[in-house]
Amino acid sequence: MAKRLDLKDVDIYYGDFHAVQNVNLSVPPRSVTSFIGPSGCGKSTVLRTLNRMHEEIPGARVEGQIQLDGEDIYARGSDAVAVRRTIGMVFQRPNPFPTMSIRDNVVAGLKLQGVRDKKKLDEVCEASLRGANLWKEVSGRLDKPGGGLSGGQQQRLCIARAIAVQPDVLLMDEPCSALDPISTLAIEDLIGDLKKDYTIVIVTHNMQQAARVSDQTAFFNLEATGKPGHLVEIDDTEKIFSNPTERETEDYISGRFG
Amino acid sequence: MTPDGDEADPNTVSERTTQRAPSDDPETRDRPSGSATMASVTETKPPSTGSSRTTSGGVGERVFRGLTTGSGLVVVAAIALIGLFLVVQAVPSLLANNANFLTSPDFNTSDAGNLRFGIRDLLAVTLLSSLMALAIAMPIGMGIALFLTQYTPARLARPFSYVIGLLAAVPSIVFGLWGILVLAPAIEPIAQFLQTYLGWFFLFAPGNLPVLTGTIFTGGIVLAIMILPIITATTREVFAQTPRFQIEAAQALGATRWEVIRMAVLPYGRSGFIAASMLGLGRALGETIAVLIVIRTATSPSHLSLFDGGATFASKIAAAASEFSQPLPTGAYIAAGLVLFVLTFVVNALARVVAGGKVNG
Ligand SMILES: Nc1ncnc2c1ncn2[C@@H]1O[C@H](COP(=O)(O)OP(=O)(O)OP(=O)(O)O)[C@@H](O)[C@H]1O
Ligand SMILES: [Mg+2]
Repeated sequence: MAKRLDLKDVDIYYGDFHAVQNVNLSVPPRSVTSFIGPSGCGKSTVLRTLNRMHEEIPGARVEGQIQLDGEDIYARGSDAVAVRRTIGMVFQRPNPFPTMSIRDNVVAGLKLQGVRDKKKLDEVCEASLRGANLWKEVSGRLDKPGGGLSGGQQQRLCIARAIAVQPDVLLMDEPCSALDPISTLAIEDLIGDLKKDYTIVIVTHNMQQAARVSDQTAFFNLEATGKPGHLVEIDDTEKIFSNPTERETEDYISGRFG
Repeated sequence: MTPDGDEADPNTVSERTTQRAPSDDPETRDRPSGSATMASVTETKPPSTGSSRTTSGGVGERVFRGLTTGSGLVVVAAIALIGLFLVVQAVPSLLANNANFLTSPDFNTSDAGNLRFGIRDLLAVTLLSSLMALAIAMPIGMGIALFLTQYTPARLARPFSYVIGLLAAVPSIVFGLWGILVLAPAIEPIAQFLQTYLGWFFLFAPGNLPVLTGTIFTGGIVLAIMILPIITATTREVFAQTPRFQIEAAQALGATRWEVIRMAVLPYGRSGFIAASMLGLGRALGETIAVLIVIRTATSPSHLSLFDGGATFASKIAAAASEFSQPLPTGAYIAAGLVLFVLTFVVNALARVVAGGKVNG
């Protein structure tokens, strides 16, 4: 269950392009950490290295260490597929498997892990949908395709799918950016609930959201386009939004950026 | 977050095949990354400039619509006329037929006063050879398409697809010659083996030919090779269009490459693959010259075995083409052609139903 993440001297490249430079940060278990910063500074890039999705891009590579409870997820013997089974991810665009039923969507990860017991799957399905605040809306149509839900419901379905495998860490890349304010609130509430059990990292462009949901906030910035992005500072959310250490952070948060 | 490098590829592909899956297109395009936003901005521009020239736009619109509707109608009319032509020519011969058109294995038109023709064997040979071709080409085509889109880096996949495309450019006659001169003797031992050990099954039972070369079995393999490029090219394109976010959904759950294919690529590409296969089947059903050369004519009726000889609709008609002088015997062949026409039509319609209206060819 919930584990801590430590990034040590992490440098990330896309081929020759140095996208993110020298990131050092720690994400304690059972907490929410948000990544904020201007577009292109590498928030998604950092997030995607945390479950080794980054390496699916041809030429992409990571230097430094990323440790899950002290174990390097990029260690030689470790397998990207296995890492992803314990580090869940929710994307900006809701991406349920459109033709799969709602039930199969939720338990897709469990099935990949070889769970076949129908009763167990049904239990997990219900628990995850309840966990994602979606059970009431879909309990009557679990056999209908996941593509038939509204955007907000689809996103919560994706969250249910991600938590069904009880991941050590849950990564979310702008999970609310395609949603209306009500669905957004529903998901923010959900994040508040989920952090009791999970370690959560969320990327967001919405500062109020970062302020509302997260315990600590990391601010990324980049000097100029084409230059690598870097971590400016990471601190308690309250401190970042009231009295940040760095001038850059304050400028960004108060809208004086650029 | 979306890889910019990968952006270019799916987009150009979807540009070319917009009509196949219109509903999926905005999804593939509407991306959060910089380049995609630029693309969608430029895409939304033309309508706004168009609306500032409302009057000329209106006339142009009407002219254009007239033109497109007109050309659509021309196609429909052409098909209807071809059908009508076939029916009109076929009816007198069908009336003069002394055998059952549907169930007779004979096709005897040498005596115009005593026509005896039926399509039983033509249909059997046509279907057996085409379905065998499909049974071979479908899995291989899917395999190649998956290999090219999922397992090969783009820089290797491109030349490979190019070579497969070249296969489509080889003339039928060359396939025919190769089939009978090279392939037939080469696969004779396989045919022998199948007949010896699986001869109890009707498809592998002894056929109506004295030899095991130049059978439907040979023809089916030749046809499979001929339709492989069609199936592969279309399927590859559909698979390559699998939205990146679908693939990532599976990857992020810890799916292996094959599991990604099963969870994201196949569900997305299934209908396109079936449509592609039906296009291939249409091609196989109508293939003439290669079949004419490869499959030997038989003197006795079909045993419904793959080791039969005989003729397909197309090869039968082609073989008799030089004798189309008397209207009644000619009409018999036209009647056979009509059946082939209907058969391909049915296949196409089926493809459309299966693919949910996503066939574009
Ligand atoms: N697949 C890729 N190939 C090459 N460069 C990439 C790729 N993906 C991202 N980049 C580059 O890496 C840098 C960081 O991108 P990233 O997507 O991480 O930014 P971000 O902070 O998430 O931005 P946004 O807030 O707009 O989502 C950018 O300069 C981007 O152009
Ligand atoms: Mg991003």
